[in-house]
Amino acid sequence: MATTNTPSVADRARPIAAGAAVVGAYFLADTAVLVLGDEALLFVAANGDPQRVVVHGGGILAAASDGERIVTGGDDGKVVATKADMTTATIAADPKHRWIDHVALAPDGTVGWSAGKDAFVQPRKGEPRKLEAPSTVGGLAFAPKGRRLAIAHYHGVTLWFPNAAEAIPERLEWKGSHLDVTFSPDGRYLVTAMQEPTLHGWRLVDGKHMRMSGYSAKVRAMAWTAGGKGLATSGAPQLIVWPFHGKDGPMGKEPHMLAPAEHQVSAVACHPQKDVIAAGYDNGLVLLVRTTDGAEVLARRPDGSPVSALAWNAKGTAIAFGTEEGEAGIVDLA
Amino acid sequence: MTDPITSDKVPVTVLTGYLGAGKTTLLNRILSEPHGQKYAVIVNEFGEIGIDNDLIVGADEEIFEMNNGCICCTVRGDLIRIIQGLMRRKGKFDAIIVETTGLADPAPVAQTFFVDPEIGRKAKLDAIITVADAKWLKDRLRDAPEAKNQIAFADVILVNKTDLVGAADLREIEARIRAINPYATLHLTQRCAVPLADVLHRNAFDLDRILDVEPKFLEAGDGHDHHHHDHADGHHHGHGGLKHYHDEDMQSLSLKTDRALDPDKFFPWIQNLVAQEGQNILRSKGILAFKDDPKRFAFQGVHMMLDGDHQRDWRDSEKRESRIIFIGRELPESMIRKGFEECAA
Repeated sequence: MATTNTPSVADRARPIAAGAAVVGAYFLADTAVLVLGDEALLFVAANGDPQRVVVHGGGILAAASDGERIVTGGDDGKVVATKADMTTATIAADPKHRWIDHVALAPDGTVGWSAGKDAFVQPRKGEPRKLEAPSTVGGLAFAPKGRRLAIAHYHGVTLWFPNAAEAIPERLEWKGSHLDVTFSPDGRYLVTAMQEPTLHGWRLVDGKHMRMSGYSAKVRAMAWTAGGKGLATSGAPQLIVWPFHGKDGPMGKEPHMLAPAEHQVSAVACHPQKDVIAAGYDNGLVLLVRTTDGAEVLARRPDGSPVSALAWNAKGTAIAFGTEEGEAGIVDLA
Repeated sequence: MTDPITSDKVPVTVLTGYLGAGKTTLLNRILSEPHGQKYAVIVNEFGEIGIDNDLIVGADEEIFEMNNGCICCTVRGDLIRIIQGLMRRKGKFDAIIVETTGLADPAPVAQTFFVDPEIGRKAKLDAIITVADAKWLKDRLRDAPEAKNQIAFADVILVNKTDLVGAADLREIEARIRAINPYATLHLTQRCAVPLADVLHRNAFDLDRILDVEPKFLEAGDGHDHHHHDHADGHHHGHGGLKHYHDEDMQSLSLKTDRALDPDKFFPWIQNLVAQEGQNILRSKGILAFKDDPKRFAFQGVHMMLDGDHQRDWRDSEKRESRIIFIGRELPESMIRKGFEECAA
């Protein structure tokens, strides 16, 4: 647990007043980009003032990034891609102005999004494709190779090959409402966060179920550790990391429990190379946690506002964070 | 159990009512009044009906069962998604109004606010408003269980289109409603003409407020509370002469005792009761005096969900009396009475 003796890099943080709830954080090269709940992205270059770029005519509901661009979905019914040079391109506009609830990006640049029950993909070239899910889409994720889209919904997940129009989508079933969804980086496992405070997983080769429970809150943040060895999650008053390195993944295993605190973990981001995880808490605390020995470094002192966004840059030399109250910051660790 | 931060939660008003009763009329009336408030409106037939508001969201009325072994614990999955989305635009609106379809059961809507902690942290249920059609309500209470649920669940009931029925019919409708739900505030209206203060910011689900409205909500039987808003019709409505009906399947039950309760007996009893009978108990409320406890305890429930907390100290001038009410179907009255009596310290 963080104490006054915990080593700190908090004084190296550059505070940023984001002016609106921060709902996502990414790095495009060396520029930190905060996704704001109102309608804009806030570009924070290493030097110079933050620049606000309005990308939607309404609230931003979802965001994803591949390091080259940030794709956002808004309650204006649009899917917009924004590059590091702050230029934007509208990828799609829902004819009925429905909310774009979720977005996903594949390695080949294919963009996925959903509005209500409908999931869509837009390849780099060619026509968009649509699949109606059995109920409202709770989350989207492309498989690591990008050819398959996982669509989470009530009572399970649909796996869709958008390029194989005639193929019947595969259905993974499990009772309940499935929200966020993620593939393990090796593509062997699929994990969803549910409406209940629990995760559900499938081993894709045989459909074997994995129940990952014990949370005290709904899991809203999931991130794969360097090399895909573990899945770090929010949802408990400590950082929960499920082991995925063995033959059977987390089946029959206990998760690692790190950095206990009095408050719930609300955001997680894994260092791109090292065994270090940034954990944000719902009182505003941010800790850097080494998974090998549990050592902690203070990155932000608590101020009472839940940490709602966390990201590492690609080199692993800086983190960006933001809170529900619109406070943000960049910590340069180099 | 109650979040200490309540002041900045966005109030949510739920409008229910059978098809054609006048929900959309009420909604448009609320939106068109010069109240200076901005509302986010969640509707079902998105785009099909004329609603004059900047922020309108279409809902799908998706009912999700929770995986908690409780079959009546259902939530509105779409509402969770929409309210979370709206909360990203916090500050752009002052309150949320949810209009349900005519056939909707209010329970999943109400339970959403009990079950989802993130929604509960940011939004609070203000009241369930039910619009009933004066001309057709009696028939619907016979043939449509949804209509009966909506009356039973309501905090505020508008008996609308009163100009279409005579005075005697109106009294009968009131009596029918009171047989199901004697605790709701009743308004007789034409074209849903009702002061906004009577339908908005009611705090009907606020535990503190349960105490404020206590004399009203705990009055039993013919202690009805209604307000006319259709003075044009000229008929005078006498108090105290309401006919008593017994609804065959939906009743309310009011219990009280001046013997102090033992919390170690009461909590297991009420939890067991709602676990066993929760499907039939639509709503419950209570104010409790525990032995050697200077503070009043208030609770409320929707089906199997219970929420309760200590309130202020009992005043010296106050009678330390515990009172609870239930509204539900086929309530096992003698079993409930006996169980409650056995909770005495």
